[in-house]
Amino acid sequence: MSFFINLALGLLFGVGLVISGMSNPAKVLNFLDLFGTWDPSLAFVMGGAVLVAFIGFKVVLKRPAPIAADRFQLPTRNDIDSPLVIGPALFGIGWGLGGFCPGPALTALPLAAAGTLAFVPAMFLGMWAARMLGQARTARSST
Amino acid sequence: MTEFTPLASTIGGMMIGLSAVLLMLWEGRIAGISGIASRILPPYSDGMPTSRLGFVIGLIAAPLAYILFSGNTVEQTVSSSLPLMVTAGLLVGFGSVWGNGCTSGHGVCGLSRLSKRSFVATVIFMAAAIVTVFITRHIIGA
Repeated sequence: MSFFINLALGLLFGVGLVISGMSNPAKVLNFLDLFGTWDPSLAFVMGGAVLVAFIGFKVVLKRPAPIAADRFQLPTRNDIDSPLVIGPALFGIGWGLGGFCPGPALTALPLAAAGTLAFVPAMFLGMWAARMLGQARTARSST
Repeated sequence: MTEFTPLASTIGGMMIGLSAVLLMLWEGRIAGISGIASRILPPYSDGMPTSRLGFVIGLIAAPLAYILFSGNTVEQTVSSSLPLMVTAGLLVGFGSVWGNGCTSGHGVCGLSRLSKRSFVATVIFMAAAIVTVFITRHIIGA
């Protein structure tokens, strides 16, 4: 059941990426190119998404628990540590180079552009490396 | 140049936001794609790999569903430089997991929850991306 609900939500998210233009790296790179061929469209993607999520989270989080789990799993940390600076800096450089962040890269996969087929396996390798390194780091600091 | 599409972009953005809200309603989790995608790989510390797999399959199937039902094509231009795209992929994958979130987790969900950490992360990745595009297009490419 959870599989199919998640499949539907992934579809909704992905169609949103396609309709909004976010799954087109050319559009993303033009959004980031403030001093060139600037295309402000993606500010509207962020605006629309944040508006709905801001209101929707307020409504949903009034419930004592989600439908299919015992409790809401919300991040509770409030500290600014080095991974929170280094991670987004590296991610931003990669985003500016390729025009893909993780969601749009997956959504672009079936269109099978050579650049996408190169990007996605490298992205998973990077994700895996960060998880492994993160676990090693946690293990070291807890001993 | 790409066409300015405020209406389509707002509607698409609202669909993304709605998906995040419904995921919160269903299983109480943040719709962060870097978290969901990175955890379809083992080790599985918190269970639920099948639901994450469902979300990722939905994301991948989305353009096909869109083409099938709308009859439109999906406009897309991806760099054909494979070394560039591999480098970009490594940085995006590593950086988004190391920083605990990407455009969806920190950007959409975090900002909506008024999270200080997500605000800091979003400002940093936006700034890094803008500077990167400035360098590649206006300094190296000029």
